[in-house]
Amino acid sequence: MVLFVLRRIGQALIAIFGVMTLVFFVQRLTGDPTFLLVPETATRADIEAVRRSLGLDRPLLVQYLAFLADVARGDFGLSYVQRIPVTQIIASRVPFTLELAGGALLVSVGLGLPFGAAMALGRGRASTKLLTGFVFASQSMPTFWSGILFILVFAVWLGWLPPSGAGGWANLVLPSFALGLLSMATFARVMRTALLDELHKDYVRSARARGVALPRLFFRHLLRNAAIPLISVSAIEISQLLAGAVIVETVFAWPGLGALTVQSIVSRDFLVVQGIVLIGSFVTIGLNFAADILYSVVDPRIRLDGGAA
Amino acid sequence: MNPASPPAAPSAPVAAAASRRRRFRLGVWPFVAIFALFVVVALAAPWIAPYDPNVQNLFGRLKPPGTTARNVFYLLGSDELGRDLFSRILYGARISIAAAVLSVVLSSIVGSLLGMAAGHFRGVVETIVMRTVDIFLSVPAILLAIITVAVLGPGFLNVVIVLGLTRWPRYARVAYGQTLAVAGQPYVRIARFMGAGPMRLLLVHILPNIVGPLTVVATLEFGLMVLFEAGLSFLGLGVQPPTASWGAMLSVGRNYVATAFWIATFPGLCLFLLILSVNLLGDPLRDRLDPKSR
Repeated sequence: MVLFVLRRIGQALIAIFGVMTLVFFVQRLTGDPTFLLVPETATRADIEAVRRSLGLDRPLLVQYLAFLADVARGDFGLSYVQRIPVTQIIASRVPFTLELAGGALLVSVGLGLPFGAAMALGRGRASTKLLTGFVFASQSMPTFWSGILFILVFAVWLGWLPPSGAGGWANLVLPSFALGLLSMATFARVMRTALLDELHKDYVRSARARGVALPRLFFRHLLRNAAIPLISVSAIEISQLLAGAVIVETVFAWPGLGALTVQSIVSRDFLVVQGIVLIGSFVTIGLNFAADILYSVVDPRIRLDGGAA
Repeated sequence: MNPASPPAAPSAPVAAAASRRRRFRLGVWPFVAIFALFVVVALAAPWIAPYDPNVQNLFGRLKPPGTTARNVFYLLGSDELGRDLFSRILYGARISIAAAVLSVVLSSIVGSLLGMAAGHFRGVVETIVMRTVDIFLSVPAILLAIITVAVLGPGFLNVVIVLGLTRWPRYARVAYGQTLAVAGQPYVRIARFMGAGPMRLLLVHILPNIVGPLTVVATLEFGLMVLFEAGLSFLGLGVQPPTASWGAMLSVGRNYVATAFWIATFPGLCLFLLILSVNLLGDPLRDRLDPKSR
């Protein structure tokens, strides 16, 4: 187990290092990143000053190593627009995005798992077909369209909920549903497939033959085995929710990291964009790592395979 | 990374799975028709569109569907500059489909070649390509696209390049696994003994045999690319005004949701139907060619 965890930690560190390298070189796609960091009105002298002050006139390799060292120390640079550390700007927005992602996760798991179970256990019924259609439709629904429709119906026409902005719980409802429905479809489909796979196994048949009641069979046996694929899906889905927040936050004027990303691109505050991408990637890597460890706790066979993946 | 396993031998569970899948499928044919309709509309937009999509009519701003203003009949209403929404939606189909087709072609070529090279040459090439794949896949795709567009600047061509160059790892992974599976086959070994060079081996002998699973990836990616182009345009990072793009139209529509609901509703509906039809077409294909991803 220790060896397995160590190997996974090593892989995660390599991935983090790789992401930093990738972001560094994307930044230099146009040759000179100075132009990303100065306002459009900057004069030639301004540009030269910024280039020297940020050390962009040094050799590429030196810049790369300096960049790695800075990020490793948690220094993402100074926002060119606001003149305060990027980490400070990002930290002020994190709670909002976490709140939104939490609400969306609640929607996706809270609806997805029962829907998936209903689809697996109630096959053939008309209501199941309707549910399947709904799940399929949610999967193809762009969040920025469902978000606008929610605003139209629940805020403009019915007037039940506020259309945008952050504030009380009521503000969280519409964005959570807009963001969560897509993941809901994934959870429902994985739950359905996992349950169907289990339902056909011998232990289920023998348990039923022994007279194990259906609820007990479901909660004690089926759900436990079905949890394995759900865990790995959760890691992917949580990182999808965080990434999807970019668009949903823009639709609902929700003041989280997503809205910050878009604002920073518009105001050409490149280091903030870069900081968000780095942190988003680190979180994704961390979630995958956590899922792998959890996965191996639930299903010891994975560890014995030596983690050849 | 798992080299994709060859399809499982047919057995009772497979038959059970097949019946399960059949149940899941909602009649696919209407969606083939919808997809075909979008393609036809995209190709024929200049001939079917009743008006120029970019001509403004300041006396016909924000008109609801079915109204006429200054001799212009707005079938689906007009936008904030009095442009005919119906014509813009028709032209928007071109952008959506063209962006998706081009980025799928670009990413599938890059990804397949790199994946095949990794599976064929092994060693250093394999390590470099497949570690790079892992790294690309650990950055959330939309963030990677956003930061690249932020560097390159917005615009149709840049969106295609960004999507093409950020989405190749999916193909590389599949091409790699499939190449590994095929590489040991007698016909590949015989071709090598007969003096076929690496290019000939990869393109003539291996590629035709792994093209099926790659097509499945391409189908799944197509819907995603439509979504990404619209998403980037919605954020103002994609196709720039006045060019009609569904994503950009939604972004305008969001600002007029209380007064002119049609501006966001109809382009969104088209986007939804296009993505839904591609997803529904891709699913049976995936079931057939890739038993693992059920």
